Amino acid sequence: MIIDINFIGLIIASIMASAVPLILASCGELITERSGVLNLGVEGMMIIGAISGFALMTVTGSLIIAIFGAMLAGVLISTIFAFLTQTLITNHVATGLALTIFGIGISAMIGKNFVGIPGKEFPVLFEGLKNTIPLLGPILFGHSIVFYFAFALPFITSYFLKKTKIGLIVRAVGDSPESASNQGINVRLVRYACILYGGAMSGLAGAYLSMIYTPQWIENMTGGRGWIALALVVFSTWNPIKILIGAMIFGGLTIIQFHMQAIGVRIPVQFLTALPYIVTIIVLVVISRDSRKIRLSTPSSLGKSFHKDN
Amino acid sequence: MHKFLIRSFVSSLVLLFTLTVAAIAKDVKAAFVYIGPTGDHGWTYQHDVGRKAVEAAGFKTTYVEGVPESADAERVLRQLANSGHDIIFTTSFGYMNPTNKVAKEFPNVKFEHATGYKREHPNVSTYAARFYEGRTILGTIAGTMTKSNVIGYVASFPIPEVIRGINSFTLAAQKVNPNIKTKIVWAFTWYDPGKEAEAAKALIDQGADVIAQHTDSTAIVQMAEKAGVYAFGQASDMDKFAPKAVLTSVENNWGPYYVDRVKAVANGTWNQKDTWHGIGDGMVVISGLDSQMPGDLQAKVKKLQADLASGKVHSFTGPIYDQKGNLMVAEGKTADDGMLAGMMTYVKGVEGDIPK
Repeated sequence: MIIDINFIGLIIASIMASAVPLILASCGELITERSGVLNLGVEGMMIIGAISGFALMTVTGSLIIAIFGAMLAGVLISTIFAFLTQTLITNHVATGLALTIFGIGISAMIGKNFVGIPGKEFPVLFEGLKNTIPLLGPILFGHSIVFYFAFALPFITSYFLKKTKIGLIVRAVGDSPESASNQGINVRLVRYACILYGGAMSGLAGAYLSMIYTPQWIENMTGGRGWIALALVVFSTWNPIKILIGAMIFGGLTIIQFHMQAIGVRIPVQFLTALPYIVTIIVLVVISRDSRKIRLSTPSSLGKSFHKDN
Repeated sequence: MHKFLIRSFVSSLVLLFTLTVAAIAKDVKAAFVYIGPTGDHGWTYQHDVGRKAVEAAGFKTTYVEGVPESADAERVLRQLANSGHDIIFTTSFGYMNPTNKVAKEFPNVKFEHATGYKREHPNVSTYAARFYEGRTILGTIAGTMTKSNVIGYVASFPIPEVIRGINSFTLAAQKVNPNIKTKIVWAFTWYDPGKEAEAAKALIDQGADVIAQHTDSTAIVQMAEKAGVYAFGQASDMDKFAPKAVLTSVENNWGPYYVDRVKAVANGTWNQKDTWHGIGDGMVVISGLDSQMPGDLQAKVKKLQADLASGKVHSFTGPIYDQKGNLMVAEGKTADDGMLAGMMTYVKGVEGDIPK
């Protein structure tokens, strides 16, 4: 067992890589939820993004088309959700669950022809700088563009919600759609936009899995990560920076428990595999104890349909 | 008019004849129950390749995928038995009790349960493959090709099938290289590409330069390719996913058995059997050997393959000791099928404990 500084750097880099899909999907869902819409279809949108990205990459051979196509696919499928919940005023929970089931089913159907095809190599940035700085080299360099985007996203999201006018509008719509509507804000339009944005981010998270993280298509390859992303949003009390922390802890423990197994630490393996779930929840609960802050950041009309009488 | 009558009589005779022939040849309907999706490119995928072979042999087939190993399995089986299927293949260990239960209710339908051991009714057969023979070959290659003497092994669940594979692999690797260590990481999943890749990465970071797997996705060989270490394909030939990393694959080849059994039903010769076929019967197939393997190793592997097929070599030939040094198989003896079927202890040289 070699514990040198670069080894730690390598582990941290793999933890960050495993956290990417969770961060992307969670930050997308966070915006959706801050506008007052609860979309339980994250897993479904992710898997649609995964198959769309992989299929487009195989068919067109262009990684750019594939990445944006996956986001577009996420947008398209979330449009169904938006139309149902915002225009036809259906129940958010039931519609979201249906979206997940639909996504898993349709991705399997499209994916039939893409099983057993190897993916393409996705280009990484700054590969040459990886060994220039000890510890930080492998952490900072040699990753895909999506990786860098994911780690910037929580900060962008936080800034967007706190400091921009549109961010304020989104929060207003999520807290009190009636008042926002009286102020002349088109609640339905804002919520549509937020749902579609959430879809795009989930689509990107799925494409990351099927194109970059494990370049291949197999059915159900998201493996419940959409649900974990959803849980992260709630346990982080709708705070994008805490999403980042939660995703890192979750990804980190998943990877560290594998290392502990490989080293031969004598802890029951079942306990080790449950560890990421338990510790992530505990940590997020502990760091979000301030009930005043929770009330401030919880969208008060989350999951409630808004019906404008006119 | 007369002519017309004769003509129609003759043509109806011809039609009747064709129909009868068709009925004899095609009347047998086979059904397959799968645990996963056919798109897993692993366990279920290979069973479905076998189903397609049955279809190609001229029989009608049906399949139901993603059937949980619960009361749902019983419902699916009953439904299939009720809808005119003559033979039903249940392709996961957990279908053992549902298969036997439903078999009792439908004595005229034949049931074939994969990897199980219960045959409570005369219309239930069981079948499995001696994958451990393939792992003897992988172990031989791994022990020869490793430079760090650390071999990583991503395992799924602690069941005899997986333990047997780890043991067979380690014994073979030790035989060619007594200094090797097998590090096991349990992923607790049959396929989750993300998790499997993370498990493989952890092993590689810990110094393993050959990775074996007993999970189903291609994520592990891809991770090995990225890291520049060797790996082996599981269930199907995974060479195209990682041309540099994959030295060979162990393929599950169910087709010949399935065709055989469905034909037996058609001919009325089906009987209850317990089949456990290996390399010799072609149920376990070793894919092409990678050219990175030195010539003498390739020759050795070819010979080992032939000897395993003929029964000259057995994967579990004594003396075999467990981790504590107790004798499991005496010198000159080989492990019997009963011992193999219930194998739940590691042999000497495997690191760590079996999760309980």
